Amino acid sequence: MFQEYVRSLPDLDLHGKPPLSYRLHVDMPLLFLLVVLSVGGLFILYSASGGNVAIVEKQAMHMGLGFLVMFIGAQFDPRTYARWGLGAYGIGVVLLISVLVMGKTGKGAQRWLDLPGLPAFQPSEIMKIAVPIALAWYLTREPLPPKFKHIFAALSGLGVPFALILKQPDLGTSLLIAISGVFVIFLAGLRWRLIFGFSSIILSMIPVMWLFVMHPYQKQRVLTFLNPESDQFGSGWNIIQSKTAIGSGGFEGKGYMQGTQSQLDFLPESHTDFIIAVLAEEMGFIGAALLISVYLAITIRGMLICIRARDSFGRLLAGSLTLTFFIYVFVNIGMVSGILPVVGVPLPLISYGGTSIVTLLASFGLIMSVSTHQKI
Amino acid sequence: MADTLNIQDRTGEKNLVFRRMLVAMLLVCLMVIALVARLFYLQVVLHDHYVTKSTDNRVQVQPLTPTRGLIYDRNGVLLADNLPSHNLLLVMERVENLPDTLQQLRSLIEISEWEEERFETRLKRSRRPFQPVVLKEQLTETEIARIAANRYFLDGVEVDATLIRRYPYESTFAHVLGYVGKINESELRKIDSSLYAGTIQIGKNGLEKTYEQDLLGEPGARMVETNAKGRILRTLENEASKPGVDLKLYLDLELQQFAEKELEGRRGAIVAIDPKTGGILALTSNPSFNPNLFVTGISTEDYAVLRDSKDVPFLNRATRGLYPPASTIKMFLGLGALESGVTTWDYRVPDPGYYILPNDEDVRKRDWKEGGHKDFVTLSDAIIESCDTYFYDLAFRMKLENMNDALDKFGFGRDTTKDVHNVRKGINPNREWKKQRYGLSWFAGDSLNVGIGQGYILASPLQVAIATMTLVNEGQWKVASLVQDTSKKLKIQLEPNLPKSMALGNEHWQKMKDAMRGVVHSSKGTARGTGFDSPFQIAGKTGTAQVFSIAQDETYKAEDIEERLRDHAWFTGFAPFEDPEIVVTVFVENGEHGSAMGRIARRIMENWILREQK
Repeated sequence: MFQEYVRSLPDLDLHGKPPLSYRLHVDMPLLFLLVVLSVGGLFILYSASGGNVAIVEKQAMHMGLGFLVMFIGAQFDPRTYARWGLGAYGIGVVLLISVLVMGKTGKGAQRWLDLPGLPAFQPSEIMKIAVPIALAWYLTREPLPPKFKHIFAALSGLGVPFALILKQPDLGTSLLIAISGVFVIFLAGLRWRLIFGFSSIILSMIPVMWLFVMHPYQKQRVLTFLNPESDQFGSGWNIIQSKTAIGSGGFEGKGYMQGTQSQLDFLPESHTDFIIAVLAEEMGFIGAALLISVYLAITIRGMLICIRARDSFGRLLAGSLTLTFFIYVFVNIGMVSGILPVVGVPLPLISYGGTSIVTLLASFGLIMSVSTHQKI
Repeated sequence: MADTLNIQDRTGEKNLVFRRMLVAMLLVCLMVIALVARLFYLQVVLHDHYVTKSTDNRVQVQPLTPTRGLIYDRNGVLLADNLPSHNLLLVMERVENLPDTLQQLRSLIEISEWEEERFETRLKRSRRPFQPVVLKEQLTETEIARIAANRYFLDGVEVDATLIRRYPYESTFAHVLGYVGKINESELRKIDSSLYAGTIQIGKNGLEKTYEQDLLGEPGARMVETNAKGRILRTLENEASKPGVDLKLYLDLELQQFAEKELEGRRGAIVAIDPKTGGILALTSNPSFNPNLFVTGISTEDYAVLRDSKDVPFLNRATRGLYPPASTIKMFLGLGALESGVTTWDYRVPDPGYYILPNDEDVRKRDWKEGGHKDFVTLSDAIIESCDTYFYDLAFRMKLENMNDALDKFGFGRDTTKDVHNVRKGINPNREWKKQRYGLSWFAGDSLNVGIGQGYILASPLQVAIATMTLVNEGQWKVASLVQDTSKKLKIQLEPNLPKSMALGNEHWQKMKDAMRGVVHSSKGTARGTGFDSPFQIAGKTGTAQVFSIAQDETYKAEDIEERLRDHAWFTGFAPFEDPEIVVTVFVENGEHGSAMGRIARRIMENWILREQK
């Protein structure tokens, strides 16, 4: 049944002249959705920053750079990435180790690396792309589904950057990188009984993590998530204020730039991690639902690209990056609306922040590369 | 073949990934539904709840403190004023590092250890977010300027202005006006907190406490929009406060100051009342204290000095000092004896200088005058010369019940004042009282002691003054009051429980007043020095209360006795004789003899009567 469906999928006409977008290696639907999201994001950011044009301009420049990186990235054939994958992964691991040794400290964590001649950057951002590439390459060297020993090797390869980033400490990023790797393994056809087996092992690890691995501030976040009112002027403040912003927005919202929670500074980090609360307060349920639809559309487009990819490497890579993108959205909105604990995850293309935007658009560059390199 | 297998494999792989993607798609849909459902729950289902929360966030209701009512003397002189005072406040939510900020403030202005301790306790109390905590009160101009100049380095430090109570005459009116102070925890439980929104002071004592409800006023409210840092952005609504009612007193500043001066260096009290209205013209107790110390909170050291002083400055001797009224009681007992028919103006008593109880020769009471006054003493003589023997006899024949009844009609053992704060009722003894208090029966000797105002009977100077006023008014009660409120506009309306009036013919009152005039103006009067060359006629009565008892046969010399064991001295009287304008009672602890008090009373009467403007 599936085979029939797949065969019925419209194949690109490999003999005729391909369309311009294909020759430019741009996936038009995806580009359209990303531009809509980015432009909308700039408007939300303008309100969330209290009408700060400088911030919006800076964000627009980051976006411009991001789109450029995406466009360049899409020009290369996925096979090129497959070749570079392991190398990028290796460099990434070296950089992560050097961060722990000589990194710059910001907000109580060592995340930044300031190499001479380069702007300061977070090596963990490299890993967001390098890990899926390397794992997809590794698992597709032999026919799928992978053998147990390869899965074990893949998990070990995933564990190294996870542990290094967790050590910084940056729980959010390390979990997201782990998830992107897990998606590769999942799509590669990890057997269901192994999935359930690993899941139960991870579940049983939670008490151990709580007791021996997690930092007090991380435990506090979880406790606050379970009962924000217990410390309403301290750690519970953020989540109480964001829920109040979202809830008071109602169905239609208070109007653009009219949100009292965000404009009067009750909502903390309103232009970074908590920006969805600004949208929900000012544009209401309609605005928030519209934004979620755009994210869903991007996710579905990414899934289609995955399904229609030329080879398994492209499928695993595009699939993993797409699903990770969606997880960003889910975790961010989930934490701001109070159904997930607060982990520092930005809302893709809306939250203010240079590195994350460039990395994210770079990953869409890879997806477009998969989408527009169909010739064998 | 290998190629076919390769293609088969590829198709298999494609299907595998496709199946996995379908599962992922399902999960994505479930997660989207979860997010949308969550947003719907917050934004539509709980919308009203969060609208309230967000409004509570940004809208703050600030109480507008009413101005406390002022207190004026009878001529409109301000006795209790409100002055602006600048306080140093800390908004804890905006202070980044408390020890650093405190250290910086210490380098700018002086902050005493006591103020820091008080700040620490205030810090522990519950408060609204962004509600400032007071660190120091009554900043000087220099201190305000220093803080203003360093404002940018002092996040969360604020200076605000409030009105605080100020008593310009300090100790002069401390006892009668009382004072305001910070509302304490136990008061907080009793008061209606909505009335005290924004108010930090409350009447603690005296008139400030009695008329608290009138003086307080009604708070207003201001609704403001604030941002998360507590900064006010705009005013949404404004409801003005209603200031407290101003009080106009019967008290006269000049007379009060004069009386205070007369008591300088003495422990005692002076009460002056206008017998026509019952209005209290002066109510002094010495020593006194500076009530301004209590307004912002008295330091423990200052308080300890006042509390531990041997002279007990906190005691209002005029209203709460209870002493044997001694001979000042004789007029009232005499009038009571006339009413109950025990004596007449012609009845005479032999006075050998002592009195022996007819049915018990062992009870022998000395007259204060050795050798006695004369062979036969009338009631007039007994008042003028203050003959004890006459009153021993009178007490014996009058019996306790009649004495108790007569004294009751002059207000002894009662509070007959309208609005004097926390007066003591004194003791007008009877059999049940003694039984209850000491578990003993009443003895004839007890009656004899009461007959000369000693023994169990105790009264305050204010009570003696009120009794004298009632005598001036021939038994008709005028209620002693401090606040002029003839139109009864005040919320606080107090009415004392007055005793029955004494029913006696006019001639008896006249004869008793004549006798009192004799005390001051006749050659045998106990206060004959007082009346010499007086521009008006004075009537009065002296009294000398024993502080410790002397055995029946002993005599003593005053100078042999330690100062604090000397007799208390009384004088109560009124003037001018024909149309009395003022009743004055002077009492001095260990003042030895009432005649000296008479001279004080005369100077006070002169100050009042000879004055043009009253």
